[in-house]
Amino acid sequence: MSARLDPAPGDWKRVAPRYVWVDLVGTIVGWVVITVAVSLPWWVSHQAWMLVFPAAAFVILVLLAAFTPRRVRSIGYRLRDDDLLFRRGLMFQRFVAVPYGRMQLVDINRGPLDRALGLAGLRLVTAAAASNVTVPGLPMADAEELRDRLVELAETRRAGL
Amino acid sequence: MPQAGDYGGGDPIDLIVRHQLVPIALLIVFGVLLIVIGIFYLSWRMHTFRITGDEVEVRSGILFRTNRKGRLDRIQGVDVTRQVLPRIFGAARLEIKVAGQDANVNLAYLSSRSADALRRVILRRASGLREQTLAAASDPADAAGAAAILNQRYQEFTAPELDPSLAPPTSVVQMHPGRLVGSTVLSTATLWFVVILAVAVGMAIGFHVYEVLFGLVPLLFGLGSVLVRRVTKSLRYSIAGTADGVRVGYGLLSLSNETLPPGRIHSVQVSQELLWRPFDWWEVRVNLASRSRERGQEGRRGTMILPVGSRAEVLKVLELTLPELLAAEGMEPLVRASLEGGRPDDGFTVSPPRARILRWFSRRRNGFALRPDAVLLRRGAIWRDLVVVPAARMQSVAVHQGPLLRRLRLAAIHVHTVAGPITARLGALDADDAAGFFRDAAAADVAAAVADRSHRWGAQRSELAPPRAHDRRPEFPAAPA
Repeated sequence: MSARLDPAPGDWKRVAPRYVWVDLVGTIVGWVVITVAVSLPWWVSHQAWMLVFPAAAFVILVLLAAFTPRRVRSIGYRLRDDDLLFRRGLMFQRFVAVPYGRMQLVDINRGPLDRALGLAGLRLVTAAAASNVTVPGLPMADAEELRDRLVELAETRRAGL
Repeated sequence: MPQAGDYGGGDPIDLIVRHQLVPIALLIVFGVLLIVIGIFYLSWRMHTFRITGDEVEVRSGILFRTNRKGRLDRIQGVDVTRQVLPRIFGAARLEIKVAGQDANVNLAYLSSRSADALRRVILRRASGLREQTLAAASDPADAAGAAAILNQRYQEFTAPELDPSLAPPTSVVQMHPGRLVGSTVLSTATLWFVVILAVAVGMAIGFHVYEVLFGLVPLLFGLGSVLVRRVTKSLRYSIAGTADGVRVGYGLLSLSNETLPPGRIHSVQVSQELLWRPFDWWEVRVNLASRSRERGQEGRRGTMILPVGSRAEVLKVLELTLPELLAAEGMEPLVRASLEGGRPDDGFTVSPPRARILRWFSRRRNGFALRPDAVLLRRGAIWRDLVVVPAARMQSVAVHQGPLLRRLRLAAIHVHTVAGPITARLGALDADDAAGFFRDAAAADVAAAVADRSHRWGAQRSELAPPRAHDRRPEFPAAPA
């Protein structure tokens, strides 16, 4: 579709392509659990039409898994002079701009799969819970460098609450 | 093993009387009372505080000691509460609100007058004024003699809620009692009650099931208590601009008033209930960085800035809460337009005609206006509201688009502020307008953050050079509680 949102055209830094595996495993595990959960009515009653629920969940699982590479490619961030831009989402697009001075802290989170692949996720926290910016799938060295750089930028542009 | 009969029917009072244990029992009661009073006294003695140059520090607890320090330049507001009973004894509770969940510093209880004096000192220190410019705020001497004390209590009890010397009368908005009662009666709760009443009466008459009407009785009691509570709470309401920020006071028997220094209000919402439209009444809420742990009515208390007011009062309250905003060129007509129905050239960028499918009635009102120092979001045709976010308080900006909005070439914007009753979101805008808003608001946010000096609001007013944080020596000895 032509009317895709792009409020800030330019070079976006993308996350590591191998983050696809982390996202894929997460998606599949999550939706397999959901598929099993919604098949419970069928286990109990053995009515054939109740297989509709697990079937629907399975279709969603396959679709989500198929689009995972594109969804991961849609995640991007960009360091501008005074703020950090973040984007993600294919169907549901979201763009956020966080001025460096507003950052209260920067987290690095690593799950077991992240660690196996040498990846890390960076989370920015502002005074507003709604900001909710998490950059997943950064190579560990990049994540640490980015964190140090963000903290330094936040320090030089310190703003009030 | 004593038999059950020994207890004389199981009544302990009978038992005590029968066995002539009255003196012992009285002694035990007296002893327990003494211990309880002793614990209270000890806990009061152990509750001490002091104010140093940059911090306020409170120590409390007998066995488990707590030591809490709050930075003065992070103060979000100072609240003085006088519950009925403490008020009779001339005591008040002072609460220093600091940003964060339940991060408040509590001082309970102080004498009524020293609470006011202490608030003045705290706010002056927090404002960044040098101590030379501080007037010595000494505790006024307490009166001696029973008659004098009684007289003083009486004076305090009957004193006006708002000290007239505190704020210029032109900056004061008082609650109009008739309007308060009228607005309460015409609230949404009443509207629902009338709808339920109509259904119940219809059922009773139509199907001859008169029992339904009894179900309304508890509902009626509930509604009545809600309405009465609202009226008594807001009856002596006032909002005033003082040198150290906005002062909001309310309460009939239990008084409470809070001072919010400049730059502590993260967003303001002006909204209208459906039935208030003919009378042009509005209410004003704010988002604050300090949140109390209490939920519901009590927790929301601090965020309601104006329970009901006319349009002129709303403009005055906006001027008090966001002083720079209305002073800016062309701002007042914009705010006035935002309370109206929405005309083509009133300064707001509204939803395009194709958004009619999502905003049936409010397409012409659903819009934003971006100024260098604030964002205005105008929403709703039936339930009208206006959200103002000062650019210096915006935490971040976002633009969203889901599949439905994409089909319609629309997008939604969201200005992130600290959590509170207000969510600054606006949907169904033209995608290009939303993208433009995103770019401009992000730039305005950065510029405003750099220019913002409100955390030390007194420093710029002071003619002396503003002090740097690091060359403040630890002056001022500890103040006794």
